[in-house]
Amino acid sequence: MLVIKNLHASIEGAPILKGINLEVKAGEVHAIMGPNGSGKSTLASVLAGREEYVVTEGEVLFKGKNLLDLAPEERAREGVFLAFQYPVEIPGVSTTNFLRTAVNQVREYRGQEPLDAVKFLSVMKEKMKLVEIDQKLMSRSLNEGFSGGEKKRNEIFQMAMLEPTLAVLDETDSGLDIDALRIVSNGVNQLKSSETATIVVTHYQRLLDYIIPDFVHVLHDGRIVKSGTKDLALELEEKGYDWIKEEANTTSV
Amino acid sequence: MTTLTKNKITELFLNHAPSFGTFPQIREKGRSLIIENGLPALKEEEYKFTSISKKLEQSIDDFSPSTRSEFIREIVLSHVFEGFDGDLLVFNNGHYDKTLSSVNQSGLEVSTLIDSVQASLGKIAKSEKDPFVSLNDIYFEDGIFIKVKKNQKIEKPVFFLFFNKTNQGQVISPRILIEVEENAEVSFLENTISLDESSYFSNVVTEIKVEQNAHVHYDRLQSQNRKSILVNNFETDVHRDASFTSLVVSLSGDMVRNNLSLNLLDSGCEGNMYGLYLLNGKTHVDNHTNVDHTKPHSESNELYKGILADSSRGVFNGKIFVRQDAQKTNAFQQNNNILLSDDATVNTKPQLEIWADDVKCSHGCTTGQLDEEALFYLRARGLGKEQAKGMLLYAFAGEVLEHVSDESFKKYLTGIVQERLGSNF
Repeated sequence: MLVIKNLHASIEGAPILKGINLEVKAGEVHAIMGPNGSGKSTLASVLAGREEYVVTEGEVLFKGKNLLDLAPEERAREGVFLAFQYPVEIPGVSTTNFLRTAVNQVREYRGQEPLDAVKFLSVMKEKMKLVEIDQKLMSRSLNEGFSGGEKKRNEIFQMAMLEPTLAVLDETDSGLDIDALRIVSNGVNQLKSSETATIVVTHYQRLLDYIIPDFVHVLHDGRIVKSGTKDLALELEEKGYDWIKEEANTTSV
Repeated sequence: MTTLTKNKITELFLNHAPSFGTFPQIREKGRSLIIENGLPALKEEEYKFTSISKKLEQSIDDFSPSTRSEFIREIVLSHVFEGFDGDLLVFNNGHYDKTLSSVNQSGLEVSTLIDSVQASLGKIAKSEKDPFVSLNDIYFEDGIFIKVKKNQKIEKPVFFLFFNKTNQGQVISPRILIEVEENAEVSFLENTISLDESSYFSNVVTEIKVEQNAHVHYDRLQSQNRKSILVNNFETDVHRDASFTSLVVSLSGDMVRNNLSLNLLDSGCEGNMYGLYLLNGKTHVDNHTNVDHTKPHSESNELYKGILADSSRGVFNGKIFVRQDAQKTNAFQQNNNILLSDDATVNTKPQLEIWADDVKCSHGCTTGQLDEEALFYLRARGLGKEQAKGMLLYAFAGEVLEHVSDESFKKYLTGIVQERLGSNF
């Protein structure tokens, strides 16, 4: 589904990603871990098409298409979803209106009929249960005045509405308490299928107790320096990142 | 601009000014003030960013007062928005047109200024306050006086329609005086419409007296042609426990200057000022507002927002004056702007003069571009770039439109604004 080959990206001339290689197949969950500043969030941003990052080398294929050629909205319509690390507050835009527009844009692109107001509301109600999100939040402005947990739940709720084939969760767990973490993870797990894939970017092993990854990759200085199963995450939890850094440095010397 | 332009333009007006026998004191005072002070020169503080005199010199060929033009009822009706239900006051090149107007609601009295001979004319918008008031004092032929009677709630809005057509002179001078008596309630709407695409100068003076415990809304749309010059002097005296809400939406014109003054004369007054300017091309819109808190326990709220494209220009100058007596005043002011082009400009200036020591006053202004992070967020959910922009811009503008009093007018304005912002999906 997703093939990343030798991906290099920089921001304002400073290289952040220095040759990422990764293949994600349908039905898989990949966790990307790594210390702060290793390039985890940059990778998520590049996949979603954030314009301030410049891809200097390499390619990304999504369902055989060159993802890097597509505008952010085209990627979304193709089925890529980025759950933001810091969801943006947008005063004056109601969550419901925004989502209805977004859902219908995506449906139109996929050759589906737009949902009318009634149908949309019933789908919304159903998906809201998934992340136990309060109806009241839906009539408010998008993310405005939402708590940290509410914002993250709203991300997963939007994901449920948009039904992506590839979900990239950028530190969705950061700042969540255990209850919120459980709710968010539960939502993600219910959305998993044999046709979809998930990339979980996280700093903490804790999340992986709830969303069990098939593969764990450790990012350091813009490269994947170690890949393994979920046991690798446990090892990281126990030993920290320093041994990875040392190992990586020794190899490069 | 030089004093040459100032003198020249002042002279042109004086040479072409009419000599009406009515309202001799007002005319005389206006004339002597114009002779003494002239029209504003560029260096004058109040008109620093808006060189009206220069614009008039460039655009106006005929400085004689405009007379009535010909147009039919169908034209009027075609400019009445969908869902409108209320009274119509039609102005033809600044002259009240009784036959095209319709006033049916009880509690409302409409007469010409000449017929009613109002002593309060010129007492609210004083000639010495602004040279364009003085100019209107000389140029207006007649105007209308509206009285809203004591204890009457006027259920339906009263809609002013200013039709301007330049074939009968280019200087248009409407004059309006409104008195809303004790405990009365009324809502006014206004639209300025050009019936051709030529230059003209419309110089409006509106005076409103809001008596004790009366409540008045006045919502204006400025959608005149792109060559027109519009100056408004809109001044309100607000008495004890009364409230007045003004809302102005400016969409076009060559140069527009709105002077809005709210005099909160007693305790318990509430004054609200809302404004939205969506500008493109070379349109220049200047909103000068002034709220004067004179007694304790009154409140004012102000929110002006602008979205500027192309090489348009917006000016906001908001003055809050709190006198020594006006303890426990609450006064809030906000001006926010979004610039959509490198050539668009905004000059914003809050002016607070506070002489009382126990007050709550706040002001803030921002000018920036569209929030890129928000734009990316919407696009990352599948919204096209233009659509996402439209959604964000409408969200920004919508905060002002929320305050439109009449639901049908709100719907009409919302449609226009969404169309303009590309968010009509």
